[in-house]
Amino acid sequence: MNNPLVPAGFEELAVILIQLVYLLAVGMFILGLKRLSSPATAVSGNRMASLAMFVAVIVTLFDREILSFEYIIAGVIVGSLIGAVLAKKVEMTSMPELVAVFNGFGGGASALVATAEYIRVPQTGMDFAGIPVNVLITMSISVFIGSITFTGSLIAFGKLKGILSGNPFVFPGQKILNALLVVLVVVATVMLILDPSNWIIYASIGGISLLIGILIVLPIGGADMPVVIALLNSMSGVAASAAGFVIDNNILIVAGALVGASGLILTMIMCKAMNRTLTHVIFGAFGSEAVGLLGPETAGGKSIREVSPDDLAMMTAYAKRVIIVPGYGLAVAQAQHVVREVADQLEKRNVDVKYGIHPVAGRMPGHMNVLLAEANVPYPQLADMDEINPDFPKTDVVLVIGANDVVNPDARTNPASPIYGMPILNADEARAVVVFKRSLNPGFAGIDNQLFYNENSYMFFGDAKKSLSSLLEALKEID
Amino acid sequence: METMIFNLFIFTLACFVGFEVISKVPPTLHTPLMSGANAISGITLIGALIVVGHAGDVMSTWFGFVAIVFATINVVGGFMVTDRMLNMFKKKEDNQ
Repeated sequence: MNNPLVPAGFEELAVILIQLVYLLAVGMFILGLKRLSSPATAVSGNRMASLAMFVAVIVTLFDREILSFEYIIAGVIVGSLIGAVLAKKVEMTSMPELVAVFNGFGGGASALVATAEYIRVPQTGMDFAGIPVNVLITMSISVFIGSITFTGSLIAFGKLKGILSGNPFVFPGQKILNALLVVLVVVATVMLILDPSNWIIYASIGGISLLIGILIVLPIGGADMPVVIALLNSMSGVAASAAGFVIDNNILIVAGALVGASGLILTMIMCKAMNRTLTHVIFGAFGSEAVGLLGPETAGGKSIREVSPDDLAMMTAYAKRVIIVPGYGLAVAQAQHVVREVADQLEKRNVDVKYGIHPVAGRMPGHMNVLLAEANVPYPQLADMDEINPDFPKTDVVLVIGANDVVNPDARTNPASPIYGMPILNADEARAVVVFKRSLNPGFAGIDNQLFYNENSYMFFGDAKKSLSSLLEALKEID
Repeated sequence: METMIFNLFIFTLACFVGFEVISKVPPTLHTPLMSGANAISGITLIGALIVVGHAGDVMSTWFGFVAIVFATINVVGGFMVTDRMLNMFKKKEDNQ
């Protein structure tokens, strides 16, 4: 039997053509990624990459191994519909959840490809004994990485969505258990090499890997989610690459490796922004120690000052320079639009307004920039941490909205603090700092913040959106 | 074994290309880059197409079918949502 799309006599030509188009697609993926990393060319970069994917998929339909199309057409239609609906409907605040799910699907698909390939061995006329050792090893690796990515992403999704607690989930012997499970996968792989036709061994590699994915992400605290998502993104790429090894397909290997590399870069950027190493994130269970360490000591003794909307309106309206430090709390309260209106009011009064954005301000890398872009905040007003930090001493008022740990001066001064050494926005250096917060509860990472008790600090308690609306009203009344 | 070594060469070189190409990304683009790269990792769709198209047994076909659905969600959803995000940035620049 032959591929019905390829006329008889053209089989050889089709093979060469497919490989050449794959080569073209790989080039377009690389260029697309390069363009995605610069603001001016990002839109075209994304389109170039999607065109490359489209071309690669179309040309694959001419592969000589493809004999029927019913399942292909059905699968692509179902997947496209679900993907399109998810992409259109998702709220920008939920981007981390969506990316987590997509990572999981990518990893899961790669594990399934390797599995389907394993199952169909008897159909290819090949004996199980005839499978080379290296193919069995790559199958095992592919299922291992793909399965971890799949369940790990689902757990990350659950934590981000709030279905699972964002708190680290720890139990004694956790690390030993994880290490044991990884050893078990290695042992099972050796057994599979010795007895390739034993599908129970194969299935147990998958099962254990799925379990590892759950156990590795479960203990990771909510504050580390940007790192976890970046890492899972990288792993979904490596999983695709591994599947490429299994079916001996270059475009999978290359495209997967590109994603693996880009995900790893983002992971390292996130780790640096939180002053944590990757091993700490995965094995450290951030946040669990922190609460006990600093919790009780901070409650008494120190006093805070509250500010009223009218006073704050006067402070900001007659300021020269105001910096807004947004955190995820701003997004939770859906206050992006109100904050932009406040900024507009201030700008009308010739106040210089900027946003200081910490690399981990959202729940995934660059999340806050997307949220503010959605609210039409002008691009030039957004400033990175390194860019804005020298400006704080020259700033009259800093509005910290829904952010906590990223402005905690303990990171600079208190070696006992769990976040010591983490690069922060030096909001405390400004003449006045106003912190918008629901209550005095510690933030996402569960660490108390010295900034609240400083002499130049004021607290504005309440829901961020309501607080900002009252500030906006007060600003409009000043004449 | 020889093809595997050859594939390892390709993999290693592609990793270096990836690092070089994306080493400097402004924070504004971290999220779109991640979701765009995410869509590219759906390349595994091609593997799924080949596995399913080769009419094997029922089990293999179903595993492959689910792989196609998963990978297509990844590809279509990933590229579309990236485009949506990037257009928000663009719209804003036009307003300036």
